[in-house]
Order: sequence, then C-alpha cells, then structure tokens
Amino acid sequence: MIRSKREIRKAVLLVAPSIVLVGVFVYGFILWSLRTSVSAWEGIRPDYTFVGLQNYINLFRSTRFQIDLWNTAYFTLFFIVLCISLGFLLAFLINRNVRGEDIFRTIYLFPMALSFIVTGVVWRWMLNPTFGVNVILANLGLPSDWGWYTDPTRIAGFHVALTALILAAAWQFAGYTMAIFLAGLRGIPSEVVESARIDGASEIYIVRKVIVPMLKPITLSAVIVLGHISLKIFDLVMAMTGRGPRFATDFPGVFMFETTFTGNRYGEGAAISIVMLIMVAVVVVPYLYYSFKRED
Amino acid sequence: MNSIVRTLKSKLGGALQKRIALYLLLVFFAALFLTPLFIVISTGLKTFQDARLAAMWTLPPEISFEAFSQAFSRLAPHLRNSLVLVIPATFLSAALGSLNGYVFSKWRFRGSDTIFALMLFGMFIPYQSILIPLVVSLREIGLYGSLGGLILTHVVYGIPITTLMFRNFYAKIPDELLDAGFMDGLELLGAYRRIIVPLSAPGLVVVVIWQFTSIWNDFLFAVTITQRPGVQPITVALQNLAGSQVVEWNVQMAGALLAALPTLIIYIILGKYFVRGMLAGSVKG
Repeated sequence: MIRSKREIRKAVLLVAPSIVLVGVFVYGFILWSLRTSVSAWEGIRPDYTFVGLQNYINLFRSTRFQIDLWNTAYFTLFFIVLCISLGFLLAFLINRNVRGEDIFRTIYLFPMALSFIVTGVVWRWMLNPTFGVNVILANLGLPSDWGWYTDPTRIAGFHVALTALILAAAWQFAGYTMAIFLAGLRGIPSEVVESARIDGASEIYIVRKVIVPMLKPITLSAVIVLGHISLKIFDLVMAMTGRGPRFATDFPGVFMFETTFTGNRYGEGAAISIVMLIMVAVVVVPYLYYSFKRED
Repeated sequence: MNSIVRTLKSKLGGALQKRIALYLLLVFFAALFLTPLFIVISTGLKTFQDARLAAMWTLPPEISFEAFSQAFSRLAPHLRNSLVLVIPATFLSAALGSLNGYVFSKWRFRGSDTIFALMLFGMFIPYQSILIPLVVSLREIGLYGSLGGLILTHVVYGIPITTLMFRNFYAKIPDELLDAGFMDGLELLGAYRRIIVPLSAPGLVVVVIWQFTSIWNDFLFAVTITQRPGVQPITVALQNLAGSQVVEWNVQMAGALLAALPTLIIYIILGKYFVRGMLAGSVKG
C-alpha cells in the first residue's frame, strides 16, 4: 500500500487524542498512584510528604492484607479450575451434534450478561445458611449444615466461606470458558479426529492426545482472562458478603476501597492498588508480549 | 447371524444409552444454571406474606406484582440514570475505537504496534490503581459526583477494548479495497467515510453491545464517582437496596431482575454478537 508522508501524519493526528487520553488516564495516573503510595497522605487533604516504603511495610505486616493475599490465591486457583473444567465439559457435551444446541448454549452463557452485583444479591439469598441451597441438599439426603459465607473456618489458609463466592463466580463465568472451548473445538479439523478414530484410538485417548493439546493456546487466554478478573475481584464481594467474618471473604480490592474512601488513608490505599497492579501485570504483560510477538 | 444381530442391537442400544445420558447431563446443567433465575422470578412474584425465607423454594401460591411495582418505583430514577450514562458513553467510545482501529489496522506508522500494545494494557489494569488520581482530577475539573464525570471515565477506559475490537474487525477488510479508493483520489478521512464506515455495521454492533453491557454492569467507577443518590446508576442503587435491612426479599429479587433485564434482553436477542465481542476481548482475532 502506498501512503504519502502527509497522509500518515494526518493518521497519527487522528489517533493522537486517544493516545493522549490513555497516556494520561492510564500511565499518568498509575505514576500518580505510585507517588501517592509513598506519601503520608491521610485525611481529606492531599499530603505528598515522602515516607518511603512505609505504607508497603505496614501493609505486608497487617494481618488483614496477609489474609487478603491468601484469599486471592485460593479464590483464583479454584475459580480458574472450576471454570476451565466445567467449561470444557459443557463444550465437549454440546459439540456432539446436540439438538437444541442454541438453547443449551444460551442457558449456560446467560449469566455473563449480568452484573456482578445482580449475581451477588441473588447468590447471597440462595446460599443463606438457614433456608437456601441447604434445604435442597437436605432433601437429597446430602450433608446440609453448611455455613457458606458465614462460616469462619479456615483450613490450611483457605477460608471455607470463599466457597460461596467461588460458586457464584463460576456460575457467572463457566459459560464464557464453554464458549471459548466451543470455538476451539470447532476449529479442530474433523479429519484429524476422524483419522485417529479410524486408527482405533479410544475416545479418552482422542481427548487427551488430540483435542487437549490443540486447545492449549486458547486455554491459556482463558486462564489469563479469568485470572485477571479474580485478582481484581470487588463487585461480587461487595454485593454478596463484604469482608466476611474475620476477613474470611476479604480481598485487596475491598481493602483498598475501604482504606481509601472510608478510612481516608490514601497513602496506604494507593499502596494496595499498586500491589494489585503488579499482580495483574505479572500475569498480563508476558501474555500481551508473546501474543504480539506471534503476530509479527 | 443371530449373534451379529445381537451385537448390533447392543451396540445401537449402547449408542442410544449414550445419547440419552448426554441429554440428561445437558438438561441437568441447564437446570443448575437456571436455578438462580428461577429463584429470582419466583420470589419476585410472591406477596410479602409468602416471601419468607422458609418458603424460598416453593412456587408463589398466588402471583403478585407488588414486589415488582415497589422495586420499580424505587429503582426507576436509577434505571434512567444508567440509560443517560450508558448511551452516550457507548457511542463515544465506539466512535473513538473505530477511528483508532482504522489507523492501527490500515495506517500503521513507526511505533504504532507498540503504542497499540501499550494501549491494550489499559483494559487489563485493576482500576483501583488509577482511582485516587481519577477522583482528584474529576474534582479538579468539576465533574466529580456527576454522570458527566462517569461518562468521561467510561469513554476513556473503553478506548482500549473498542480499539482492539475495531482493529481486528477492520483487519479483515482487504487492503485492495482501500487502494482502489486511493486511486480514485480518496484520502485518509475520505476512505474512512466512503469505504470503512459503510462496512462497519457488524463490528459496530459487537462493540456497542459489549460496551453497553460492561458500562451498564459497572459498579466500581459508579460507586466511587457518584456519591449522591440522585445520580447513582442502577448497580449502586441495587446494592443499596439489597444492603438495607428493611427491604423484603421479594423486592430485592424483583430489583435484581429489573437491573438485569436490559442486558439480558440484548443477550437473548443478539446473543451471537455478544459472544463475538466476548471472544474478541480475550482471543486475539
């Protein structure tokens, strides 16, 4: 394609406003938060007195933040595992020439259209320990004395109360992984599977040695997307449980919000937000880097 | 011969059994996914007397719309706020995304790929990490606490995803089409107006649905920027409604359904485009 220098300059001008906006609102503001995180700012009025890493030191010493990090790790792990396995299973089932495929797909995916607030409000009602899902479990003869989000028990750092949030979040996002895997499965040339079948490979062998390896790249994208959602989780927690008994369902996003806007401890709030940013960046930056490298 | 028939029969029987098991599983999961929706509708349609915790799983003995009418009268101003917020924010961010996508796909300049990648990072960041400066800046320019401030916020932080979607969409438009336009004397903006815009409809639908849904469902920006109840969008209002101890469960469930209805309707009618947007946001096209 032939482009004159003058036209290219005009093209740059066309995207310049967006570049400036993103530059200021994303990168400028991140630097500003970074500056705030090493400041003494407490109270309504900004105070940028430099205090070094004091806010970070206080943060990592505080019990609440340590609990938050454990909660984030466990929530992320179980949320991803549940979404990936359930999503794969649903995609695998739907991909077998199912009649009414559209209806099933629509049902599994509809929670994606909802806000975390709606999900949280509904699941808080469903999992209330007295009359919620426990009643159904009791009718089925299953153990039914679960405390769900009111349970303060902690096993190996894992707060049992997190289960409630994990279930609600997985309900919302399992359809998303299903859609991703379904797109992936449809992308596998049928001759590949057919020829394996003709060679006498068992169904399980085909899944493990043919299908799963071909789905690896999109599984990675799904893990990245789910992972960055769970590292930032805030809305669902606010709507469903809040910080929970003894911070059983507390997360950095909730801690940051309360510290900053309820407690007016801006320096410390900024420090939490920077830790969150670093956690997300560790996951996302390599992913962006490699997907762009692959494109070139 | 008999044995062949028998094995054939059992094989067919096996296939049939497998088929039945498949559908049973699919229906089981569908029921599982629909349970919360069932609870919402069933509780929302109950009278105040029937909406007790103990009667949670029973169908409403009589259908009543009192919970819906009460939820609606409480939430209507906030549904309106959300519409006032979502419509301009969606179209402004779509417009910016379209221009950016055009340049990043058809007018690559030195460093444009790097700039694009840096831009994309903006859609993954935890917004907490820009929240304090955002609040301070919006106060400074007098937009804090207003829907205008919230619109600006959503337009700016929507740029990365809308740019990504349009860039991937425009990448599929053949360059020859543009070259032909340039031969005919079209320039940068002329080619955009005459060639790109008329071909944009499918991409635009995807972007508009995506932005509408994410902005409608946003809570973090809304709760931080709009403190006054009068300007709060629906998600914040629903959270307040559900957080108050005196509001009955049937009103809460009716409220949840009202808050979900716009995006749910869009999803059911235009699900295909919704899914496309969802995949475009994660899998690189």
